[in-house]
Amino acid sequence: MKRTIPLALTAVLLSTALAGCGGDDEPASGDGGDAGETTLVVYAAASLTSTFEDIADEFESTHDGVTVQFNFQGSSDLVAQLQEGAPADVFASADEANMDKLTADDLQGSEPELFASNTLEIAVPPGNPAGVESFQDLAEDGLNLVVCAPEVPCGAATQKVAESAGVELAPVSEEQSVTDVLAKVTTGEADAGLVYVTDVLVAGDDVEGVEFPESSAAVNLYPIATLGESENPDLAQEFVDLVLGQTGQSILGDAGFAPAP
Amino acid sequence: MTGSRGRVGVPTWIFLPALAGACFVLLPLLAIVLRTPWSRFFELVTSEASREALQLSLRTSATSTVLCLVLGIPMALVLARTEFRGQGLLRSLVLLPLVLPPVVGGIALLYTFGRRGLLGESFEVLGVQVAFSTTAVVLAQTFVALPFLVVSFEGALRTAGQKYEVVAASLGARPTTVLRRVTLPLVLPGLVSGTVLAFARSLGEFGATITFAGSLQGVTRTLPLEIYLRRETDAEAAVALSLVLVLVAVLVIGFARQGRGSSL
Repeated sequence: MKRTIPLALTAVLLSTALAGCGGDDEPASGDGGDAGETTLVVYAAASLTSTFEDIADEFESTHDGVTVQFNFQGSSDLVAQLQEGAPADVFASADEANMDKLTADDLQGSEPELFASNTLEIAVPPGNPAGVESFQDLAEDGLNLVVCAPEVPCGAATQKVAESAGVELAPVSEEQSVTDVLAKVTTGEADAGLVYVTDVLVAGDDVEGVEFPESSAAVNLYPIATLGESENPDLAQEFVDLVLGQTGQSILGDAGFAPAP
Repeated sequence: MTGSRGRVGVPTWIFLPALAGACFVLLPLLAIVLRTPWSRFFELVTSEASREALQLSLRTSATSTVLCLVLGIPMALVLARTEFRGQGLLRSLVLLPLVLPPVVGGIALLYTFGRRGLLGESFEVLGVQVAFSTTAVVLAQTFVALPFLVVSFEGALRTAGQKYEVVAASLGARPTTVLRRVTLPLVLPGLVSGTVLAFARSLGEFGATITFAGSLQGVTRTLPLEIYLRRETDAEAAVALSLVLVLVAVLVIGFARQGRGSSL
């Protein structure tokens, strides 16, 4: 009895570890299971979550035996994973800078194509308690403004807009992602936050959006490409085509994305 | 406890999984060292943002460790030395931050101390704003580190037993005197290891801080937050700073071991 417990424990630990390793590899080799079952792995920026899920439903309905599997994260996280050899078929980035990192490492299959654009909007809690009406209002003393850090795409856009508008922003926090900024606004911690038009739409009644003309100074462009390592390059290209085509564009448009220029 | 003679060895086969376990912990650390950009190391870790983040981390962790002592010692004493209905349940609840995902802790703190939180409005009336302040960082760290202190100190109190306390009390010492002159000196090693654990946990706090306190250089951006942010643009800088954090943690734990022998 005394002997069997640690042995069993070791066995369980080892098998869990091994199972973990196996699980990681599985989705890559789409032909692992039943004949005709294929998994298409799509790495996409977190801001594309709901739209790409809808697009995937469309894709699966027209492609029998194909399952689309997503990895939604910040674009730079996704690129870092791809650079470390993560298996994927398609990559959709929230900005060109991260797509450039991918092409610099020669990891892309197809030439990246722009499929959507997004602009900044001011998000305020319902009722706009701080009375923010313009971009200039964001510089007011005592206003709890939350923005993205300059290191992340939405923060880079924020910086660009502020510079072109000649407004000195003094945020109380520089967050890691748009979602973090939005959360600070929906909970009422922040009086205002700078997020994308699409984020304001997604948040529904939890926030109000204040549009401002200066936002046109920094339009965020979303590129998409297939990956060179893809085992299903044709299928990957078909997914990209769906995103670029009418179906994809109308789903993206409904969510607030503007078409790519 | 175990004499030098008559020590009972472990079965030989046990070394294999033990070695595997050690590798599992040490290899990732080695990987960090191997990936560290040594030529840029000094420049990366001494940049203004890095220094401010490290200083903020050390300062807030020290403060939250003090808070943990002030709140945790009495909590551990009550849990170890008294009995009352619902004590077991209370203990589990108090220890909850140990197992909660830090982001859940952050959300909970937000709805407590946030501007619209349970206590936040009272603070607001008093003119104190917790949100986006260094205070919020300290609260987040204290929240996640407190159970570490309580658990290890309570364990030490239970192991020590009450033999000497009973004697002291029977000689006429009042409870406060017993606590000060007998109990605390007796369990000092346990207290030190608990304190070190709490400090180390505060130093590593990330999820609750980013959820609750936000991230602003010099105010709320601690070293873990700085590392997370740097990954976006400069992976090498993130690795270099990670190594700094590992070294500080090793130093802290090593220091405690040095001082207290086998208590950790």
